[in-house]
Amino acid sequence: MKKEFKVIADLLPNNIRVLDVGCGDGSLMNLLIKEKNIEARGLELVEENVKKCIYKGLSVIEGNAETELHQFPNQSFDFVILSQTLQAFYNPEKVLKDLLRIGKSVIISIPNFGYWKVRTSLLFFGKMPVTRTLPNTWYNTPNLHMCTIKDLFHFCLEKNIKIDRVIGVNEDKTSEIKKSNLEMKNLFSKLGIFLLS
Amino acid sequence: MNEKIKNIKKFNVSKPLLLDCKQTIKDFPLAYETYGKLNDSKDNAILVFHALTGDQFVSEVNPITKKEGWWATAVGPGKAIDTNKYFVICANVIGGCMGSWGPKEINNKTSEPYGLNFPVITIRDMVKAQETLLDHLGIEKLLCATGGSMGGMQLLQFCVTFPNRTFSAIPIACSTSHSAQNIALNELARQAIMADPVWDKGKYLKKNTQPKNGLAVARMVGHISYLSEKGMQEKFGRKLQEKADYEFSFNADFQIESYLRHQGYTFVERFDANSVLYITRAMDYFDISRQFKGGLIEAFKNQKTKFLVISFSSDWLYTTKENKDTVIALNASGADVSFAEIKTDKGHDSFLVEEPEFLKTLKGFIDSMHLKFKNEKRI
Repeated sequence: MKKEFKVIADLLPNNIRVLDVGCGDGSLMNLLIKEKNIEARGLELVEENVKKCIYKGLSVIEGNAETELHQFPNQSFDFVILSQTLQAFYNPEKVLKDLLRIGKSVIISIPNFGYWKVRTSLLFFGKMPVTRTLPNTWYNTPNLHMCTIKDLFHFCLEKNIKIDRVIGVNEDKTSEIKKSNLEMKNLFSKLGIFLLS
Repeated sequence: MNEKIKNIKKFNVSKPLLLDCKQTIKDFPLAYETYGKLNDSKDNAILVFHALTGDQFVSEVNPITKKEGWWATAVGPGKAIDTNKYFVICANVIGGCMGSWGPKEINNKTSEPYGLNFPVITIRDMVKAQETLLDHLGIEKLLCATGGSMGGMQLLQFCVTFPNRTFSAIPIACSTSHSAQNIALNELARQAIMADPVWDKGKYLKKNTQPKNGLAVARMVGHISYLSEKGMQEKFGRKLQEKADYEFSFNADFQIESYLRHQGYTFVERFDANSVLYITRAMDYFDISRQFKGGLIEAFKNQKTKFLVISFSSDWLYTTKENKDTVIALNASGADVSFAEIKTDKGHDSFLVEEPEFLKTLKGFIDSMHLKFKNEKRI
């Protein structure tokens, strides 16, 4: 079980409606249904993953979040989840706005480009970082808009998006991120999980 | 053919049915076929709706045509819809010509075939007639209902008119209303039939004939629309039909011509021309949003049924976009809906031919729904 999914599940109340954007093979949806009795729906781009979800009896729509989020009505879900895909969109700002329109709350996780190993890779080796959270090389990465926890934090403040919680994840450890410890956590978290509304 | 039709399964619908054209009918025959066995807990029934030129013989050998059932690729022992496990039901639509009440049946008032005296029916009328079969078979709630093309349209209508009569639904390559292009193609088919002098305003059966030429052309139009441009090019290209050079005549020089002629002329052996008129008309009139003041969102309100909409990338008759519009409407109504587009060059025909990705998706969904339905029934 991915620690990230555990953290996300813990953020959610029971018996709610959730849309998982970029739901992959449905692992998170499965977890939410089983542990929290959540009504989960998914949107997924990769055909193979869509089928995996269907075989598991999960509700999934094949489609591209970049262009097809308009089909979901305003505030039609209690929570919308976007796990590690914000950086892959052409227009992350537009996608984020759509997520906030569809969900009463939004959970976004990002691989943190500010993590110290990522920084040292570029600083000492002069090469684009390849880590476990960022496994692709520069020429085949789907990530168009890499950002750090600090970047997304400031972005939300700038756009008047309410930040309810930010959680930093490093392996099995999690920690609350506040304005006061942002610099430090931005250096030591592999992953940032934002709860927005 | 009429002699053979007498031996097929029929059920007399005694309950009066008010048609959309305001005429009420009762005591009419509905022909159907079943495959597999209904289990004791009655959680394994699947209703299949057939398309324009289909019939109730989904699987095995069609006893009338002696050819394989129209969906034998998907339905049968060990197939995607496994008849060792599931009880599959299919009825011939009213307006059809495989034993159900249709324009070639005898009108008791005149003792002649109905012909154009048959009322103009709708998809909703077809579905209402078929719903009575479920009562007849003692099935309160289906595990799944499915159908492609006009079968999918019937299915969507079924879900709207009889909400929650099925636990899950798989509308395949269809839409919630007939597009201008599809009405145009249907009109082409109808005009081909009506332009055949043998048709004689639909009275040909009295002379025991069939407007074969017109009906064959109508079928050819259909067959062109069922393939994709790429699929047709790859399969036929400019290949000549068993000859080395052009004949400099109007015989079928090209394989594609020969294919269309073959499809056209085998069709007239098994189908009634007036049925094509009536069924295509029903398709053209189909528009679910027109039945509800609030449109589609209102139509799909309170659906508990779990939907899986499937489209085919090269289908230009019922495009992915049209199928997605159904998904959007279901979503907007808060229904539980999944959607998958199968990437294929086989066009609209994809649901009828061996298309592994499609069949795997169909099987995966139905099997997972069966587990859920069993659980729901237990609780």
